[in-house]
Amino acid sequence: MSQASKITRVVGPAVAVRGDDIDTDRIIPARYLKTITFDGLGDHVFEDDRQQLRERGAVHPFDVPAHRGAAILLVQENFGCGSSREHAPQAIARWGIHAIVGESFAEIFFGNALMMGLPCATASRADLDRLMAASEANPALEFDLDLERSQLTAGDIAVPVTMPEAVRTSLLTGNWDATGLLLDRYEEVERVAAKLPYVSGWNVV
Amino acid sequence: MARTLFQKVWDLHRVRTLSNGQTQLYIGLHLVHEVTSPQAFAELRDRGWRVRAPERTFATLDHIVPTQAQVRPFLDVMAESMTEALERNCREFGIPLFDLASGRQGIVHVIGPEMGLTQPGMTIACGDSHTSTHGAFGAIAFGIGTSQVRDVLASQCLAMTPLKVRRIEVTGRLASGVYAKDVILTIIGRLGVKGGNGHAYEYAGEVVDRMTMDERMTICNMSIEGGARIGYVNPDETTFQYLEGRPYAPTGADFERAKTWWRGLASDPGAPWDDIVVLDGSKITPTVTWGINPGQSVGVDDRLPEPGAAPAGERAGLAEALEFMDFRAGQPIAGTKIDVAFLGSCTNGRISDLREAAKVVAGHKVSPHVRALVVPGSQSVAKAAEREGLDEVFRQAGFEWRGAGCSMCLAMNPDRLQGREVCASSSNRNFKGRQGSPMGRTLLMSPAMVAAAAVAGEVVDVRSWMAEPAGAHA
Repeated sequence: MSQASKITRVVGPAVAVRGDDIDTDRIIPARYLKTITFDGLGDHVFEDDRQQLRERGAVHPFDVPAHRGAAILLVQENFGCGSSREHAPQAIARWGIHAIVGESFAEIFFGNALMMGLPCATASRADLDRLMAASEANPALEFDLDLERSQLTAGDIAVPVTMPEAVRTSLLTGNWDATGLLLDRYEEVERVAAKLPYVSGWNVV
Repeated sequence: MARTLFQKVWDLHRVRTLSNGQTQLYIGLHLVHEVTSPQAFAELRDRGWRVRAPERTFATLDHIVPTQAQVRPFLDVMAESMTEALERNCREFGIPLFDLASGRQGIVHVIGPEMGLTQPGMTIACGDSHTSTHGAFGAIAFGIGTSQVRDVLASQCLAMTPLKVRRIEVTGRLASGVYAKDVILTIIGRLGVKGGNGHAYEYAGEVVDRMTMDERMTICNMSIEGGARIGYVNPDETTFQYLEGRPYAPTGADFERAKTWWRGLASDPGAPWDDIVVLDGSKITPTVTWGINPGQSVGVDDRLPEPGAAPAGERAGLAEALEFMDFRAGQPIAGTKIDVAFLGSCTNGRISDLREAAKVVAGHKVSPHVRALVVPGSQSVAKAAEREGLDEVFRQAGFEWRGAGCSMCLAMNPDRLQGREVCASSSNRNFKGRQGSPMGRTLLMSPAMVAAAAVAGEVVDVRSWMAEPAGAHA
């Protein structure tokens, strides 16, 4: 993670997980947070949802063998709401996903994903409907998320995607791992801290 | 030019614009716990970095601590290993740790304020989404993930993008039996679980002005459930009175200087809020969630929604929630049988919450089919409650009196629901599986409503309960 790489494009098949407000407890249940590493989280992504569907004789998209090699996750509104656990995007990435495209994302989830170099792009509901249907009809269909052109294509579908410009720049320039930038020119940080009375003493007020 | 508190605090902590366009923001207080920090410390070690400001960093144990049998080593080997990791990390990097032996251990969002670590005008970060709680003091406080925990440890800074500010004014007066929890559940019900995305919520109006700090913490705590990463209240005399004399608060002449600085941080009249929402507080009733996100709530005397009557985009979500909860559209929420009552969490595990609940249970017995537990938010809350005899009130009613921690709010310790149990809970999330059983069901409500439900064995309106003489429900 220390040598951040430029992320300009993610290419591969997609998998669609439908539903608004899919929270982080559903993405990775809290019992799997009892760990001091992120190893092995990919095995438990969406575990309870997957189990509940199995019990009802249905299949979660992550259990469809044809979707096993998916690189792009398609979701709907407010994906990743709830807790700040980075274990959620970690579990998704460790399952094999390299980018997520959805109608909207919860803010902390979005920030956590960026910190890992996992792009989250937004698209309209209508466009996502078409993309999800295309991926479900043909799990092998290759998707191409092009961050330079802010476009997602799949077969004969091409739709615009968006993300905040600073985020897109971070990914394109390989600056999504910001720690190095934050440690640069540290005297500027010290100047800011020195002006804060709760840091440097109340006699400065 | 008039500015909001958010803008003032942001500007004071802004270091520069980074080459990627984000803002580098200085973090004044970093709170650390055992679940979201081990990987961050491991990376610090890998990269050969030190903790930049250990004196601005404080740690405690809350998520995985057992609330019974708190003897080390913990029976749960993973809980023990996470505890040992935090102890080792704090020792190696010189970070104060409020552990079980300290007498100050507790939920990170309860102990920060009660020790006076949380102060107006600070930027506060913690690897937990309920960090928004600290905004009650007029701080800019928000949850972060583990990679950001690493960034704050290494640099005392974060790369951020600014937020919009929505002012939410709650006017009038709350009716008796209506609490801060009902206010925030009503706000989330009105604005939705994603309504606050991209926003900080500034809570104001007569109802908020009159609230105690504990109550303000309850509403700020659940900002994130409405999608707002930050919620805050402008600091005022209530804030200053709460802080005076707390261990980490400024003292003497410094406290007077601090008050002047803090006062000046409040949003100016006519500040450029991005929008303003007004709610009539006098119309808020005791509120109960019936679904699988905190926006799915009704007044206790209302009925569950009909998906068919909802906007097209919401129908599938409502139907999914009804199915998971095994409820029928149109059924009343009152009378819903419960199996478990949980009093605690960073939302409602403070001393005032326990006092309100104890008033309701005093002289009553927990319904025979209900398992009820009280988990104080901190060791200090537990001690205060014990001094007042609240532990005895709860025990005599049939509640279990436990040690401090997050407990059944997210069930990372042995306290969890079984199977399809229904829990009346004073916590903050009713997500599927949240309380430890993948099929468990959670009804969020105020501590007084949890207490009344524990005794009645079902969801009841605490207002009518309070009107009746003690013993009527025994």
